[in-house]
Amino acid sequence: MKQFEFPEISRILTPILARHGGDASRLLQVLLEVQDVCHFIPSEAIDLIAAHFGVPRVNVEGVVGFYSFLSTRPVGEYRLLFSGNITDQMLGKDELMQYLCNKLWVEPGKVSEDGLVSIGSTSCTGMCDQGPAALINGWPLTKLDHNRLDLIAELIRSRKPVADWPAMLFEVVDNIHRGDVLLGQPFEPGAAIRATLARGAKETLVEVDKSNLRGRGGAGFKTASKWSLCHAAIAEEDGGVICDVGGHPERFIVCNADEGEPGTFKDRVLLNSYADLVFEGMTVGARVVGASKGFLYLRGEYRYLLQQLEAVLKRRREAGLLGETILGQADFSFDIEIHLGAGAYICGEESALIESLEGKRGRPRNRPPFPVTSGYKGRPTVVDNVETFACAAKIAEKGAAWFAAIGTAQSTGTKLISVSGDVARPGIYEYPFGVTVSQILDDCGAEGRPYAVQVSGPSGTTISWKEFDRKIAFEDLPTAGALMVFRRKRDLFQVAQNFADFFAHESCGFCTPCRVGTELQKKIMSKIASGYGTASDLEELKRLGHILKTMSHCGLGSSAANPVLDILEKFPDMVESKLKAFAFKPAFDLDGALATARTITGRDDDWAHL
Amino acid sequence: MSKTITIDELAVPFKEGQTIMDAALAAGVYIPHLCHNPEFKPHGSCKLCTVNVNGRNVASCTLPAVEGQQVLSDIEELNADRLALTQMLFVEGNHLCPACEKTGNCQLQAVAYYLGMMSPHYNHFYPQREADASHHDVMLDRNRCIYCELCVRASREVDGKNVFGLSGRGIKTLLVVNSASGLLGDTDLAVTDKAVQVCPTGAILIKRHGYAVPIGQRVFDHITIKDVQTGGGDE
Amino acid sequence: MSEQSDRSPHPIPLPQAGEGEAVSPAGDALKKIRIATCSLAGCFGCHMSFLDIDERLFGLIELVEFDRSPLTDIKRCGPCDVGIVEGGVCNAENVHVLKEFRKNCKVLVAIGACAINGGVPAMRNNIDLWDCFQEVYCYEGGLECGQIPNDPELPLPFDKVHPISEVVKVDYFLPGCPPSGDAIWKFLTDLLNGREPKLDYEQLHFD
Repeated sequence: MKQFEFPEISRILTPILARHGGDASRLLQVLLEVQDVCHFIPSEAIDLIAAHFGVPRVNVEGVVGFYSFLSTRPVGEYRLLFSGNITDQMLGKDELMQYLCNKLWVEPGKVSEDGLVSIGSTSCTGMCDQGPAALINGWPLTKLDHNRLDLIAELIRSRKPVADWPAMLFEVVDNIHRGDVLLGQPFEPGAAIRATLARGAKETLVEVDKSNLRGRGGAGFKTASKWSLCHAAIAEEDGGVICDVGGHPERFIVCNADEGEPGTFKDRVLLNSYADLVFEGMTVGARVVGASKGFLYLRGEYRYLLQQLEAVLKRRREAGLLGETILGQADFSFDIEIHLGAGAYICGEESALIESLEGKRGRPRNRPPFPVTSGYKGRPTVVDNVETFACAAKIAEKGAAWFAAIGTAQSTGTKLISVSGDVARPGIYEYPFGVTVSQILDDCGAEGRPYAVQVSGPSGTTISWKEFDRKIAFEDLPTAGALMVFRRKRDLFQVAQNFADFFAHESCGFCTPCRVGTELQKKIMSKIASGYGTASDLEELKRLGHILKTMSHCGLGSSAANPVLDILEKFPDMVESKLKAFAFKPAFDLDGALATARTITGRDDDWAHL
Repeated sequence: MSKTITIDELAVPFKEGQTIMDAALAAGVYIPHLCHNPEFKPHGSCKLCTVNVNGRNVASCTLPAVEGQQVLSDIEELNADRLALTQMLFVEGNHLCPACEKTGNCQLQAVAYYLGMMSPHYNHFYPQREADASHHDVMLDRNRCIYCELCVRASREVDGKNVFGLSGRGIKTLLVVNSASGLLGDTDLAVTDKAVQVCPTGAILIKRHGYAVPIGQRVFDHITIKDVQTGGGDE
Repeated sequence: MSEQSDRSPHPIPLPQAGEGEAVSPAGDALKKIRIATCSLAGCFGCHMSFLDIDERLFGLIELVEFDRSPLTDIKRCGPCDVGIVEGGVCNAENVHVLKEFRKNCKVLVAIGACAINGGVPAMRNNIDLWDCFQEVYCYEGGLECGQIPNDPELPLPFDKVHPISEVVKVDYFLPGCPPSGDAIWKFLTDLLNGREPKLDYEQLHFD
């Protein structure tokens, strides 16, 4: 196979490296481009990239190994990754994947012998409202069915470049079914910045404080507190303050668009159709905390948005809304750079995101110190969700009182909800906080009798039909914005198993409880699913849940048992019906474990079976 | 007047900048740990040192001591959870003590003894991991690696070499070395490097020294890791 | 009890031997405790270590009697109070023996590293079974025909060697390679006296 040899790797790398410059924080961005061109990261490339950035080879290798979309072995020239979320699964993902594999003569998870194609699964691609979905060489495919797969198989066999594939395969629609103050009202680019400059930075912080805006990523930390802590912090080195080019203490604004929580896709829509609002919120934040540089960390799955987002940034620079002397204000410079992720859910955790921005493995940091005092490159850094910045822009424009009048006392404003699963109208719904689950279910046309709802994705809460009068709010059901609906007769065990697999796949591997605990949880769920579960396995799951919750390094580990514990508590019948016996069952398939030896010896006698 | 925290009802003094673990070790209070080594910056990955501070579980090796903290450490629930973590470390790798040169000097084993581990409890993963005998003086056996990154840190911070690093993710995390061939023998590791000395398990071993001290006369054969690490025991 | 022994979280208390560590020979009034032992994928080292309890054997024999065991040469296990299993599970025959023990023994004890985590035999778990067979039967010298045997009398190996706890429920674990005679003695006397077996620090060893 020619792919393994890259005598001209330096010819390929030179322009890429030149474009990205010498700062090692660009490492991940470089690797993504190399993966694109070569379909893997050749060993020679690792050496050259390491030398270019002046970092050890072993660090580059560590980064390549961490991110799902990078590989040290060739993947197919056409790499098709099916979105593995439970909503895709419910829409037939497993069967469709097998169908395509059969058509292209390739096994799932493997590369075809001619190196043409590889087909596998990936974590939720954020297209749950238009699934089953997949990525082809990083580009999203939606609404897959047999007809589309026939076409795709043909395009691959004829080696048609992905750029020339029919546009309808890549069509992504917003599916906004209910808009409110963010999605339903016009916004004029620059309005929030003008209001901020008119009011002053300090007063704007006061407004954000009074609005009681809380982080939309799910945790609900008060935005004004974060901004004010960051504003008060300075990074020092050798006794001197570290300053930006303008001579001000260096601080950073980071927008977390690593929307990896399965079932969540509202940031996709905000960035697709409301990017000005988001960038404007970042700019307001920059003015308040005194930052001159911002980053948008865009999950790799949303790479298709990169070009249009760059165009928005360019337009905003031309309009004087970004760059030097924003809106003529001599002491206000701020610009935004977009960084791509490469397939790692953990990078949604703010300190892991910062590590990733620095071009490293996405491992959550030890805290303290918190990012607001020591974040990107050790500088004070604000990391906020896409939707939080959009809200901040609105608050800057229209004031705290206007915003605080919406929602509930503890949860002001509106919340974007990504609705998917067994509903007639999946998509985005914007509600004032305090809306009940049953209201949302009515509006989206929940099919049949909705039975259970997963609020805020796998790391959130599973609620049963008995709890549908609960409210979406920080004080009741906090959410990052996902709502997956399951009708009666859905196999909720399969749902929990899908989530358990997800966490095991996405654990960063840093701490023992999460690295091993998520894998143990996955194995036990699989054992139960294949009919080998016993009552003691349920006890083991509860015990594991306790360890994951109380011993893990970060939120991924501590929430990784939520879906399993929820189903055990709220739908015990769903689990117990899977138990074939309450007595002890072997941990593995005894007869199956003899199959290899039977093949080798050619035996099939009674003693060769168990 | 010096500041103090309370660990299991014992008043423990601390200096500004010390972590709970620092303060505990200085006072001769043992908190089980594997990835922590007082010579290096705290890491916080093994989580064995998890303690309960004012009602919340935290890694004691990374959390700064703060006046008045109420720390619970040597309590039944935490020791049971630490035992579970130790068992997890055993089953995720291939820890076959009878066939390991490090036995008796191994901290993973010693912590297991200290916590009274009679079996690994969980089903074994039996992962496929590579051993690497390419280096003239040093043996690398990934079957025994627990990802504490002490070798990574020692090579970077003390030896100035960056011989080791982690790659992969989750349960597929793996220790890699700084050479294009992936072999330890092709790195600039020297047997005198700090990185060679710090492995708590038998993942990194100096060749031809394995049985200089016979089994039965090794560090943890008669003295608990608690006494070894806090200087207690016979006194 | 034996039919549902798989379910018991803790074994039913054994018939009590006389109090104290010193095993009293005046135990003839008591029903003797019946013990079975076997070695699966092990080296019989644990059995050898059992004999290392030396003269204490005389006291023990007043209290216990042996069913199936290499010590008695009884081939099938009957109803017993305690089953002691050395070695891991590496082939189909091991499973038959192990299940026979579980069915017949009120209390099942895994003794030694191999029974507990596969031990040294589990070092083959990193090697493909095809390679194992070929190395042994095709490439290694000394075998005349050089082919892989298919005799039904030969126990058929598993892909991997497993601890016995992955095949049947195990009540107690006594680690060591082998556990010392003292550890075995402490364990047995605790068990026979109705105490939860507990080893002293220096008795607990994985090597």
